[in-house]
Amino acid sequence: MPAFPVLVEVTLRAGVADPQGATIERALPALGFDGVEGVRVGKAIRFTVEASDREAARAAVDDLCHRFLANPVIEDTNVTIGNGDAP
Amino acid sequence: MKIGIVVFPGSNCEHDVAEAVTGLGATAELLWHGTRSLAAADAVVLPGGFAHGDYLRPGAIARFSPVMETVGEFARSGGAVVGICNGFQVLTEAGLLPGALQKNRGLKFLCRTVAVRVESVASVLTSGAQIGQVLDLPINHFEGNYTCASGTLEELQDRGQIVLRYVENPNGATDGIAGICSPEGNVVGLMPHPERASDELLGSADGLVLLRSLLATAVPAATGGVR
Repeated sequence: MPAFPVLVEVTLRAGVADPQGATIERALPALGFDGVEGVRVGKAIRFTVEASDREAARAAVDDLCHRFLANPVIEDTNVTIGNGDAP
Repeated sequence: MKIGIVVFPGSNCEHDVAEAVTGLGATAELLWHGTRSLAAADAVVLPGGFAHGDYLRPGAIARFSPVMETVGEFARSGGAVVGICNGFQVLTEAGLLPGALQKNRGLKFLCRTVAVRVESVASVLTSGAQIGQVLDLPINHFEGNYTCASGTLEELQDRGQIVLRYVENPNGATDGIAGICSPEGNVVGLMPHPERASDELLGSADGLVLLRSLLATAVPAATGGVR
């Protein structure tokens, strides 16, 4: 089976306070970076998953995200699946 | 009365809990997270610490420990389960209590004694307390900022599941929540540490009313054959 490279980005859901993001945003003008807004801090998790095809890979990763990688009460995920290796 | 205290790799308050409940006349048994047996305990405590290093999220990996399956069955059959601090985080991750605990507002690790008010006595941890009673209890956490969906908050309020509130909110917790319970009151999670307020020598003995409640309400044999 081909192995698909996966990037899972975990971010706090809209509406959930992100004190890290807010702190970074407040610090930016002092460092000379103006006009930066909407800073949100999250996690990036990379791995590969073996699956028969891309759809199967996505289904497996969605399940993994829902049950483990993110807490749906406070977090959202964005999944990017790359091209699988030749089998 | 036997209290089972779950020990995950990284737990660090298990001996404090054991000392406190033993001082009240109970026996305590430490339960390694890899076991599926609760050793015939009448109540289970998930103590504070950093289970599995708090990697990914506090409690996220601990909920998959073998013992948690049995703790879940025990809780669903009416057994008394109390999660303190990291234990509270584990209970929310395991779906035994609603909501989640996120980083403190202000991004500071908080280690100090705070005043909390008893809001409900319909839980295994507060049955011997009085509504409105104010307790001085230590907090010791980075992720103690309770949050939940607005619908969940209304349910908690309507069903009387908010057990403890901070008198002065130290961490940004929604509605000042310091502790909640399941609808039946047998599963309780709280961020403050009652076991660290179990003797005047420690600065406060206000945690004793909570631990005594647990010992009094965790009825042996109330739980069927799960254990």
